[in-house]
Amino acid sequence: MKMPLSAMIGIFMTGLFLFIAIFAQWIAPYPIDSAVGKVWEGPSAQFWLGTDTIGRDILSRLIYGAQVTIFVALISSLLSFSMGAFFGFLAATRGGWIDTGLSRLVDLMMAVPSLIVALVVLSVLPLNLVVLILVMGVLDSTRVFRLSRAVAVDITVMDYVEAARLRGEKQSWIIFREILPNALSPLVAEFGLRFIFAVLFISTLSFLGLGIQPPLSDWGGMVRENKDGLVYGKAAAMMPAAAIAALAISVNLVADWVLSRTSSLKGGRGG
Amino acid sequence: MHPILKLVVQRVALGLILLLAVSFVIFLGVEMLPGDTAQAILGQSATPVALANLREALGLNEPALTRYLKWLGHALQGDLGVALTNGQDIAQAIGQRFGNTLFLASCAGVIAVPLAITLGLIAARYNGRWPDKLISGITLATISLPEFVAAYFVIFLLTQVVHLFQPVSMIFPGMGFWEKLHAIALPVIVLVMVVLAHMMRMTRAAILNVMQSAYIETAELKGLTPMQVIWRHALPNSIAPIITVVVINLAYLVVGVVVVEVVFSYNALGQYLVDHVAKRDLPVVQAVGIIFAAVYIGLNILADVIGIVSNPRLRNPK
Repeated sequence: MKMPLSAMIGIFMTGLFLFIAIFAQWIAPYPIDSAVGKVWEGPSAQFWLGTDTIGRDILSRLIYGAQVTIFVALISSLLSFSMGAFFGFLAATRGGWIDTGLSRLVDLMMAVPSLIVALVVLSVLPLNLVVLILVMGVLDSTRVFRLSRAVAVDITVMDYVEAARLRGEKQSWIIFREILPNALSPLVAEFGLRFIFAVLFISTLSFLGLGIQPPLSDWGGMVRENKDGLVYGKAAAMMPAAAIAALAISVNLVADWVLSRTSSLKGGRGG
Repeated sequence: MHPILKLVVQRVALGLILLLAVSFVIFLGVEMLPGDTAQAILGQSATPVALANLREALGLNEPALTRYLKWLGHALQGDLGVALTNGQDIAQAIGQRFGNTLFLASCAGVIAVPLAITLGLIAARYNGRWPDKLISGITLATISLPEFVAAYFVIFLLTQVVHLFQPVSMIFPGMGFWEKLHAIALPVIVLVMVVLAHMMRMTRAAILNVMQSAYIETAELKGLTPMQVIWRHALPNSIAPIITVVVINLAYLVVGVVVVEVVFSYNALGQYLVDHVAKRDLPVVQAVGIIFAAVYIGLNILADVIGIVSNPRLRNPK
């Protein structure tokens, strides 16, 4: 079977980002939080990507930032994914008031853009990693809910589900052993899209100063730290911006390929 | 009643109920979250006396439903209360900024919509060939970028590489219309980029969908040129889904505007919202949040209504 070039590039780049994130401590040439050079130096042999607004090595901070960005996005997309899929399957298999109640709740959550809801919620909650992951996970689970409910509704009418029901299997058996294996392939492609969305979401929140708080720092936060340099012609803010773009495009290429292979179901963009 | 009118009234009523529910959630749901509002404002080190005083001042000791109804009653009369941080009247502060936001968003819309439809037509006309592939490649890239990253790419390109604009967009009350337009050129370019891709993809998809029909083949066999086929036969039949998608994406500008205003330090509603989230000024956040929600829901209803009205099967019932 032949894999298109774009998918190979996507898989390679995604793997590279993951590798960097996992082994950040050993790869980064300088510590994350110490000023090792002058303020806003250009790229040189010593500092490959230059230094930032208070003289820290940008490459090292990018490498550590990959860890934070990818970790937070991965956990929150896993959360949104398991929550959305579980409730989606539940709504589809149970039907009745559970289905109606959950669907209306999701309609309500999706009636307002996630960013606006997140801003309102974050004006009250403390800004820490757990809260951020929970807020992003819950808000994004609505999309997974809609997709998995739609997929599961098609599966629940299959004969093998009926057979399982008739031989008296429990609800959990039907969800995990009958529906889940058959719904997996469209959901896997969706996972890539949810992960990208989580990356963009956390980066945007951090850029607005409402995401990851110092001393931790992710790519969105790095753009924020260095944005004033642009006025003086210092390109420091462009490095993390390019990193976000590269990660998002790589995962998108993989997800596109999986989507085109598995089904015609497409996830929407976050709103 | 005419069935179309009935459907439209239904949609609008549903939208209003939805808006009411959203305002209820934004007002009360937020207060049900762990973490007391007064505590959030004063921080962890607040003394119990200060907390009690602030709760009293905010009216937090009254039942939640009473507070919501009171707030709703005032809000409907245009009184949104005062900001906690500086005691400023919220309605007044919003009034000044809302105009700026609207100016920015409508400039972006006026450029993005015709551009998206034209590009979508071109992509559909050259389906599978290089203009289509080029346009699809660029849209894939812009969809992958968050708004602020797109913004900094544009800023870097147009202020540092090519010295065309200033990286900050300030508009003042005294400025002329053209001066204002020049000042907001950069944020408008970014917003257009943000919404363009989706509109264009859907336009292309809607037209290609219609191109499968038998009457398109007839038109081709009559000897019409591809552009004539698209212009005279495909476009009129796919206009309903296109308009719907265009309006939904205009609603998406609500999110784009918040981020882009912060990037360019543009003094308007989105910037005001983000500032006050950071200051934990709940009344301001609730008021602005509900305004954004109302605009978003309103545009979505509009998209629904246009979809109904432009569907000939509903317009001429048997």
